[in-house]
Amino acid sequence: MTIAQFAILGGLLFSVGVYGVLVRRNAVLVLLSVELMMTAVNINLVAFGRFYDNISGQIFSLFVIAVAAAEVGIGLAIVLLIFRNRSSANVDELDLLRW
Amino acid sequence: MVNLATLALSAGSLLATAEEEGHGVELSDGGLLAQYAWLMVVLPFVAALFITLYGKRTPRGGAWIAVGTVGFVLVYGLVLLISHWATPIAHTENINIATIGQFDIEWGVVVDGLSIMMFFVVGAIATASFTYAVSYMEGDIRETAFWASFSLFAGAMLVLVSAANILQMLVGWELVGLASYLLIGHYWEEKENSSAAMKAFLVNKVADVGLIIGVLIPALIVGSFRFHDILGAAVEGNPGLVKYGFVIGLLLFIGAMGKSAQFPFHVWLPDAMAGPTPVSALMHAATMVTAGVYLLGRMFPFYNSVAIDVLPIVMWIGGITMLIAGLLAIVQDDIKRVLAYSTVSQLGYMVAAMGAGAYTAGLFHLFTHAFFKSLLFLGAGSVIHAVHSNNMSDMGGLRKYMPTTFWTFGIGSLALAGFPLLAGFFSKDEVLASLNYASSHGTPSATFVMWIGIVTAFITAFYMARAVFLTFFGEYKGDPAHEPHESPRLMTVPLQALAVGAIVAGYFNVPGIFTPFTDWLSGREFAPGDHHAESFDIFVLVLGSLAGLIGIAIGYSFFFADGESQEARDRRFRLPGPIHTLLVNKYYIDDFYMLIVNFIKRPLANAANWLNGLIDAAVSGTGILMSVLGKFVYEGLDQRGIDASINAIGGGTGEAGGALRYIQTGKVQQYAAVLFIGVLLLAVGFFIVTSR
Repeated sequence: MTIAQFAILGGLLFSVGVYGVLVRRNAVLVLLSVELMMTAVNINLVAFGRFYDNISGQIFSLFVIAVAAAEVGIGLAIVLLIFRNRSSANVDELDLLRW
Repeated sequence: MVNLATLALSAGSLLATAEEEGHGVELSDGGLLAQYAWLMVVLPFVAALFITLYGKRTPRGGAWIAVGTVGFVLVYGLVLLISHWATPIAHTENINIATIGQFDIEWGVVVDGLSIMMFFVVGAIATASFTYAVSYMEGDIRETAFWASFSLFAGAMLVLVSAANILQMLVGWELVGLASYLLIGHYWEEKENSSAAMKAFLVNKVADVGLIIGVLIPALIVGSFRFHDILGAAVEGNPGLVKYGFVIGLLLFIGAMGKSAQFPFHVWLPDAMAGPTPVSALMHAATMVTAGVYLLGRMFPFYNSVAIDVLPIVMWIGGITMLIAGLLAIVQDDIKRVLAYSTVSQLGYMVAAMGAGAYTAGLFHLFTHAFFKSLLFLGAGSVIHAVHSNNMSDMGGLRKYMPTTFWTFGIGSLALAGFPLLAGFFSKDEVLASLNYASSHGTPSATFVMWIGIVTAFITAFYMARAVFLTFFGEYKGDPAHEPHESPRLMTVPLQALAVGAIVAGYFNVPGIFTPFTDWLSGREFAPGDHHAESFDIFVLVLGSLAGLIGIAIGYSFFFADGESQEARDRRFRLPGPIHTLLVNKYYIDDFYMLIVNFIKRPLANAANWLNGLIDAAVSGTGILMSVLGKFVYEGLDQRGIDASINAIGGGTGEAGGALRYIQTGKVQQYAAVLFIGVLLLAVGFFIVTSR
């Protein structure tokens, strides 16, 4: 297995995540897409860590997973509150900072 | 206070003066008592300030505060005098206020025989007239202003008397002039009174021109304003002072002539009687007008060493003044004016004595005169208070109505007339004796002045007899509906106290027997070492006393005649027509001055007007130029330049913001898309740059 294959997998996964963030209207799905982007990053970290024979890549990915979990927890809590207030979690409608 | 005095005496270490000062008197520094003498000077000012600020809310306009401060001056002055009597004190304190070039501007207090004598005189007469004024000024329209000015005067006089340098003396000199101006014009509702105040001020200013130049020249020569330095330089024969001694002495004497109302500056003093009577008693009889004599006394070592040629002029001015003022007193109807001319005349005696080199005699006459003349003024005030008129033609027979005023006024008149064994007898005799001595010791013309003095003694006795008989004898000629009454005790007690002074003051200098006054005055730096008679000059004594007694007798024959009417007396006493006219018109001196003033006034006014037009044109031109310039700067530079550019910047920013704000859609995903595009572009750029 070459490093390029891992990089392509990471790139594809990241692109799927970007697509989800930019296109999906439901806030929950936007959060999930962010998770996908992080997963792509993790794949890259582990792959390059292995390629360069450096353990810190894997260790750093563990940190990223932990931070992602926390981030998702807060993000979902925010989404829940928004939904309770506005009975909708549609990102398009959240334009209070508009001109 | 007595304990303090002994304490101070024991604390004061003895200082021996240099032997070349003639007497070799042991002078002490006076200890604490002399060091705290400044309290006397400061307290009246504190009282004046307090009365100015809070007088209206204080009972009687702060009268008792003023009396208290001058009472303190009296007590302190008396204690100092007694200490000085025991051990002569000569002490000077100096505080540097500013230094200008080589000159130190200082405030100092000199405590020596001369100033202690003046402290005591000022304290004593001020206490008497202040106390008297508490009753006299009751219910006055401007009582607070009166007390503030009166206290200011007391402080100013003490600044003058205590001056340790000639500049401070000038300050005190002008301050007493200010107080005099304020108090003469106390009843300014009448034009006549405010004019009198202005006249006094202006006449004094003319004389002060001489004084201020006379102050500056020695200071420039010696490099110091201190009397100590100037007198020291004079005694040692400083070449500059020797060269300019005559000019300096004359200029200083011109200043003294103004304040001490010497001919031809005497014209202000009679008009100064427009002020309240206690003011006349304290300022225009006893203290302020003697400032000129005091100046001569303070500078006497100077006159006696480098300005000795000025002394005959001083003597003659005194002689002329005593005679012409005495003659004027004969024809006055206003009792205060009689006393005013009498004061001018007696000041002439003092000045003549100074001019004859008799430092002690001149100041001794100042000392005794202060008592009996202030007594006479206060007595006259008491009479005026009772009959509500200044004119003797409205008085008469008052001895029955006001016995205390009568006998005190009588004592004062006898003392002034030189009646044997009263105060004026001793001092006037001493002045005449010193003139007699001077005539045989280098100044022959003193003989003439001595004879003038004897004639004046006769005239003095005559006009005082006239005043007493017209006022207190005969029948009451005033308003019949208004019976005169004796003044309240607050006014009669000061009269009685001063009457005691008018009797005993003369005994402090009996030639050859008891001469503490001579010792007081010689207890100072550079003691003048003037001549002191060892015994009475019998020739002069007899002549002077006879002149006085004859004057009284003639006055009696003209004016006594109990029961006669005013008209009958006037018929009997008639000076020859032209002389009478001349005297009533005051020798036309005032008219002569007005002629000069008018002669100078018109061209001066025209010139001033022309100059004023010139200044006006310059000022207006500048104004117009500035206005045009201002308009240009405002409209051209400010409005079109700076304001416009600032507005453009503000407006442009606003417009741009307005146009650009539509970017902010509030949609998170749009922002994210832009972010991704940006990152992508950066990544591509980074790739291109690194791969090259």
